[in-house]
Amino acid sequence: MESPLLHLALVGTPNSGKTSLFNALTGSRQKVANYPGVTVERKEGGFVTPQGRQISLVDLPGTYSLRGRSPDEEITRDFVLGRATGEVLPDLVLCVADSTNLRLTIRLLLELKSTGRPLALVLNMFDIAKRRGVTVDVAGLSQALGVPVVTSIAVRKGGTDDLLQLTDHLLARAEAATGDRANTWRPLTVPELRATQREADRIIAATVSLPERPDTWTARIDSVALHPVGGLLILLAILFVMFQGVFAWAQPLMQLLSAAFDALGQLVHDQLPEGLLQSFLQNGVISGVGSVIVFLPQIIIIFLFILLLEDFGYMARAAFLMDRIMGGAGLHGRAFIPLLSSFACAIPGIMATRVIDNRRDRLTTILIAPLMTCSARIPVYTLIISAFIPPTKVWGLINLQGLVMFGLYAAGIVSALLVSFLVKFFLMRDYQPAPFMLELPDYKLPRLRGIAIGVYTRAKMFLQRAGTTIFAMMVLIWFLASFPQPPEAATEPAINYSLAAMIGQAIAPLLTPVGFNWQIAVALVPGMAAREVAVAALGTVYAIEGGKEAAEQIGQVLASKWSLATALALLAWYIFAPQCASTLAVIRRETGSWRWMAVTFVYMFALAYAAAFATYHIAVAMGAG
Amino acid sequence: MSEICDTRPPLPLGLARRGYTGTIQHLAAGGATSSLPDVELESRLIELGFVEGARVEILHEGIVGRDPIAVRVDNITVAVRRREAMAVIVA
Ligand SMILES: Nc1nc2c(ncn2[C@@H]2O[C@H](COP(=O)(O)OP(=O)(O)O)[C@@H](O)[C@H]2O)c(=O)[nH]1
Ligand SMILES: [Mg+2]
Repeated sequence: MESPLLHLALVGTPNSGKTSLFNALTGSRQKVANYPGVTVERKEGGFVTPQGRQISLVDLPGTYSLRGRSPDEEITRDFVLGRATGEVLPDLVLCVADSTNLRLTIRLLLELKSTGRPLALVLNMFDIAKRRGVTVDVAGLSQALGVPVVTSIAVRKGGTDDLLQLTDHLLARAEAATGDRANTWRPLTVPELRATQREADRIIAATVSLPERPDTWTARIDSVALHPVGGLLILLAILFVMFQGVFAWAQPLMQLLSAAFDALGQLVHDQLPEGLLQSFLQNGVISGVGSVIVFLPQIIIIFLFILLLEDFGYMARAAFLMDRIMGGAGLHGRAFIPLLSSFACAIPGIMATRVIDNRRDRLTTILIAPLMTCSARIPVYTLIISAFIPPTKVWGLINLQGLVMFGLYAAGIVSALLVSFLVKFFLMRDYQPAPFMLELPDYKLPRLRGIAIGVYTRAKMFLQRAGTTIFAMMVLIWFLASFPQPPEAATEPAINYSLAAMIGQAIAPLLTPVGFNWQIAVALVPGMAAREVAVAALGTVYAIEGGKEAAEQIGQVLASKWSLATALALLAWYIFAPQCASTLAVIRRETGSWRWMAVTFVYMFALAYAAAFATYHIAVAMGAG
Repeated sequence: MSEICDTRPPLPLGLARRGYTGTIQHLAAGGATSSLPDVELESRLIELGFVEGARVEILHEGIVGRDPIAVRVDNITVAVRRREAMAVIVA
């Protein structure tokens, strides 16, 4: 007989290791990081228990109570209470606790008991608790709570064995029991909350010893990292090193990759007879997709930095340091983490705004998240910077190219703050700052395995995009740039007779004022799908235009064909341009309205145009035309 | 409890400076100028461990107006703004 699918839910306070447990049990690779508010959606995965039960496990956003103050917490509440439409009630709720810090979880557990769901308490991070000398009377705790208790170490092999065993045991018991216990949950009043916290504290006092060795490292690091002035300087230095690193360290690898693609293109060129197939493979596929893939080292470096900082526990500190500064611009302190994630990609960034409870704060953050310099802009920026900015050293040690890159990132941040400030000033006059309350987790040594998996996942995603979206766009561009074929007696380059030239020239008049030529115009059209597509499109267009002698790299071609003013204008354009269909789609989904999507598109477009216009004309006036 | 009150007058945590240590006497959401309704503010503070009798210490202050503050509440560290911390009466 096929055993029925059983549903398990992971509930607990933020940062207690739920997602780590989920990954350990199901073998998934969901994002884990050392700060509250990483998981903002429901993630489902399957596994089979030692006794052969089929389990569907659900990882939920962390929460301190079932009240559901913000969209992510509502997801958790609705799942536990079976309120989500078409949902089943969980057969077992695993309440996950950080063993070094039980107060808040035990209170949550007492609240969970009133839902009537079968329940177990998982004392996770038991390794850390042990190291600090915390001892827990597991049996006594279980008895005092009236709930089975088990310890676990989510990040260690075999660390979840006891939990698996208990799961089987409890499910067997649940199968034997008849009838559900009633759900008597309702939002707790303040006196009830207080009473449950007292009760929790009483139980803890009776069964858990205080740490003998408190975490002195966290205190020591924080005395520097949270220093009012020093902390901000450190934050700046970290960002600065990150962007210098993206440039300086990635360069050798990129040159290697780019040389490899050139050689591959040349090989195809030599092996195949002259004609459409040769052009398609060399110009469309290898030049186009290759010009994006060479940025893989930079993507890896930027994610390595972000993942290391996240796992270390620095992100919540950064939010603390930035709270008032961002507050001045009308932003919520918790907006910092979504905005920081947006440096990788605006899509997870926008989803991470679910941790912001106030709707206005959330909207403002969503509106400005796409202004953060996402990794898809890196190919565009790098291409133009390496073609037009000399790699000289400023003040002896700072790479000028890295400095420009840093400037572009800074421009994104400053304009985001400005937009937020204007939104607050003009649209939300009567606005009161929402509170900022955030747990600052203890620092943890980043785990190499987790970091490696994280970097690998991002690299894979990047390559997958190169293989799908970008490849498809490249085929389209190549087609547009190659057909119709030029007449026999053509004197101009073949591409001038193509559809691409027609489209480009039709749009170009709109873009001439900002200094763009028709090749840029035609690259920006498929570039609406994703930013890095524009780089690939330029690669293809110029490769076809150059004909068979175009063995040069795209950067060199650009340097010879564009003026510095045009290049700078394109950089300015890319700080703002809403050239990412997926971001717009996710804004539509998260705000639930087409209107906010349209607002984002229009305001970013207007800013892009204005910035490119100003940059171009100032540059021309200064003699860079 | 009364012993402590005799020696040190209670004050809102929102006014305390870096290095301050004390014990929570009670919550008074009405005294804070938070944008949250009183009940909500009080619930959130309790959910983060700010309950009567908990030991607090102000570990760090932000740069603008010494705000926000990082508070050790028993054995966790919580960042809050002074505005909300005004609701926590300590001594
Ligand atoms: N040492 C140790 N670290 C853990 C354990 N479980 C989780 N972590 C770390 O705790 C942090 C938070 O984990 P995460 O799964 O994202 O927590 P969630 O917010 O509850 O989903 C991450 O840095 C994990 O690597 C554990 O059992 N032992
Ligand atoms: Mg999680």
